[in-house]
Amino acid sequence: MDLIELRNIHKTYSLGEVDLPVLKGVSLNIARGELVALMGASGSGKSTLMNILGCLDHPTSGEYWLDGHEISWLTATERARLRNRVIGFVFQSFNLLPRTTALENVLMPLIYTKENLNEHQKKQRATELLRRVGLADRIHHQPSQLSGGEQQRVAIARSLVNNPRVLLADEPTGNLDSRTSEEILEMFQQFNSVDGITVILVTHDPGVAKHARRTIHIKDGLIDGTEQPVHEGIA
Amino acid sequence: MRLYSTLKIAFSALGRNVMRTLLTTLGIVIGVGAVITMMEIGNGTTIAIQRTMASIGADTLVVVPGAVSISGVNQGSGSRMTLTPQDADAIVKECPAVRSVAPIVRARTQVVYGNRNWVPTYIYGTTPSFLDVREWTDLDKGEAFSEHDVLNSSKVCIIGQTIVSELFGGESPIGKEVRIRNVAFKVIGILQKKGANVMGMDQDDILLAPWTTIKYRVVASSLSSGNQSSTNTASNAEVTAVSQIYPNIQQNLYYVPTASEQADAPQPIRFTNVDQILTAAQSGSQIPFAIEQITTLLRERHHLRATDLNDFNVRDMTEIAKAMSSTTELITKLLLCVAMISLVVGGVGIMNIMLVSVTERTREIGLRMAVGAEPGDILRQFLTEAIVLCLLGGTLGIILGRGSSYLVSAVLHWPTAVSVGAIVAAVIVSASVGVIFGFYPAWKASRLDPIDALRYE
Repeated sequence: MDLIELRNIHKTYSLGEVDLPVLKGVSLNIARGELVALMGASGSGKSTLMNILGCLDHPTSGEYWLDGHEISWLTATERARLRNRVIGFVFQSFNLLPRTTALENVLMPLIYTKENLNEHQKKQRATELLRRVGLADRIHHQPSQLSGGEQQRVAIARSLVNNPRVLLADEPTGNLDSRTSEEILEMFQQFNSVDGITVILVTHDPGVAKHARRTIHIKDGLIDGTEQPVHEGIA
Repeated sequence: MRLYSTLKIAFSALGRNVMRTLLTTLGIVIGVGAVITMMEIGNGTTIAIQRTMASIGADTLVVVPGAVSISGVNQGSGSRMTLTPQDADAIVKECPAVRSVAPIVRARTQVVYGNRNWVPTYIYGTTPSFLDVREWTDLDKGEAFSEHDVLNSSKVCIIGQTIVSELFGGESPIGKEVRIRNVAFKVIGILQKKGANVMGMDQDDILLAPWTTIKYRVVASSLSSGNQSSTNTASNAEVTAVSQIYPNIQQNLYYVPTASEQADAPQPIRFTNVDQILTAAQSGSQIPFAIEQITTLLRERHHLRATDLNDFNVRDMTEIAKAMSSTTELITKLLLCVAMISLVVGGVGIMNIMLVSVTERTREIGLRMAVGAEPGDILRQFLTEAIVLCLLGGTLGIILGRGSSYLVSAVLHWPTAVSVGAIVAAVIVSASVGVIFGFYPAWKASRLDPIDALRYE
C-alpha cells in the first residue's frame, strides 16, 4: 500500500444557504519516498487538498489512508498527534516564532512530542538538522537576524525534527528570490533522496514543479492529469 | 507536554513584552497589596478593639465556689469554701490559656477618713495582678501595692475615683490613712477613672488592698468559724444592726464565746479560702480553652471523682465576648468584600490582556497546532501564562502590601499586625483569579482552527 491514498475525496464549504464544493472527488496515490508537486492555479482547490493531506482538516466525504490507517474522521486531538509524528510543514511565510533563536524554533515541535527524549537528545537532534541545512554557525540567531533563505532553512529543519514520513511544503519559495529558491528546492531534493522522506510541494509555479519527479495538476477541484517531467535535479 | 516547557514558554511569552506584563499585573498587584495592607491594619485594629474589650472585662473569667445546701436550703453560689490562694497560683502556672490570675477576698463595710465615711461597692483584697486582669495597670497617681505587701499583710490600699471624691473632697489622698473596721490603711495609689460597667455598677467605687490584709485583719472572723454564713453572728456589727431592726429572727441558740474566749481556744484552721478567683484569658478566642483548663485543674486539685459535681463555677462574660467576636468578624468580612472587589477588577484586567494576547498570537497558535500541539496543550499554555501573571502580581502585591502596612504603622502610628493567613490567602486567591479569568481566553485559543489561525493576519 502506498504511503498516501486518497479515494474520492469531497470537500464542501457551506456558506449559509449555499454549499460551495471545493474538492469534487479527488483520488490520488503517493508512494513512499516520492517527490511530488501539487500544482494548480489559485482557487483550484489545491490549498484545501493540502490541508486535508496535512491532517489540518477532514474531508466532507471520501477516504484518506495515511501509512495504512484511515484517518479522515479523527478528532482534533488525534489529528494533532498525527501531525506531530508523521507530517512536517514548511510554509510560504516561514512562520518562525519571533524573538526566538533558530535552535529554539527547531526545538519547538519537540515540546509536543510523545517521544521520550531528554533535553540533551532534543538539542543534539536540532543542532544536527541545523547543521545539515547549513546553519551550524547561526543556531543562536533570531529570525530578524536571518535572511529569507536562512529563515526557510530553519523552517525546514523544524519540519524535520520529529522525523516525519511526509514533508508538506506550501509555496516554499513564494517569498524568496530565484537563486535562493533554487537552493531551497535542492535541499528538498536532497532530503528526499538521502533520507527517503516523501515530499509534497504545493505550488502554482511550473519552475518549482519541475524539481519534482511527478507533478499532479489540479483544476476546479479535480485531478487534471499527472506528468513526469524530465528529471534534472541532483539525484 | 511537561510542566517545565509549559512554564518556559509562558515566561518567554511574558518576557517578550515586559511593560505590558507589568501593567497587566498591576491590577492584581494593587488588589493583593490592598488586601494585605487592609488585613494587617484590620488585624491591628482587631487587636486594639480586643484590648479595649478586654479592659471592660471581655476576656475575664470568674471562678466562684459552688453552692452548699444546709438541710435542703441552698445557700446560693459562693456559699461553699473551696477556693484557695494556692488554686490561684496553680491556675496561672498550669493553664496556658490564662494570662493572669488574681484571688479576691470581698468585704462590705464602712471606710472612714477624718469625719467622713463611705461604704464602697467593692472592697477587694487581692494581689497586684488584679490590675493586670482588669487592664487597669496605669494608675492615676501613686503606685500599686506589691507582692511583698501581700506577703506582709501590709496595711496599704489603692482607691478608685469615687472614693477619692466621697472621702477626700479636694484633698490629695496619697499618704493619708483611711480606717476600715478600725484598721488604718495607708492610701498609696489612685486608680484611673473607669466609669460604670455594663450593668451600671460604678467601677470607680472600689478599694483594693492586699488580700492577706483584708482576710486576716478585716474579715478575720471568717477564718476561725469555717463558714462565712455562720460568721454573721453577734460579733458582726452589720448583722447586729439587722437583728435590732428585726429582733425576733436572730435568736442565738448557742452560747456565743467572747473575744477573749475565742483567742484562748482557737478553732483549728484547715485552709485559707478566697471568695473568688478572677482570671484573664490570653485572648477572647482562648476563653473556651481557659475554661476547660481551669475546670480540669481545679477538679484535680480538689480531688473530685469523675462522678462528683464541680465544687466551683467558672463564669465568662458571654455577652461582652459575643459583642467582641461579632465586631471582629464584621471587620474581617468588610475587608474581605473590599478585597474581593479589587481582585475581581484585577482579574478582568488579566482576562482582557489574555484575550488580546490570544488574538495577537493567533498565527503562533496555528503554527503550534500545525506541528502537533493538541488543543489541551494550547489551553494549558495560556492558562499557565495567566496563572504566572497572577502569581507574579500576587508576589509583587505581597511586597507592596507588607511595605505599605509598614509605612502606615511607621508614619500614621496605626496598629498593624502581620497576617500570615492573608498572605497565604492572597497567593491562593491570585492563582484562582488566574485560573478563572484565564480560562476563557485559553479555551478560545484552544478552539482555534489551525487553518484559519495560520492564515490570520
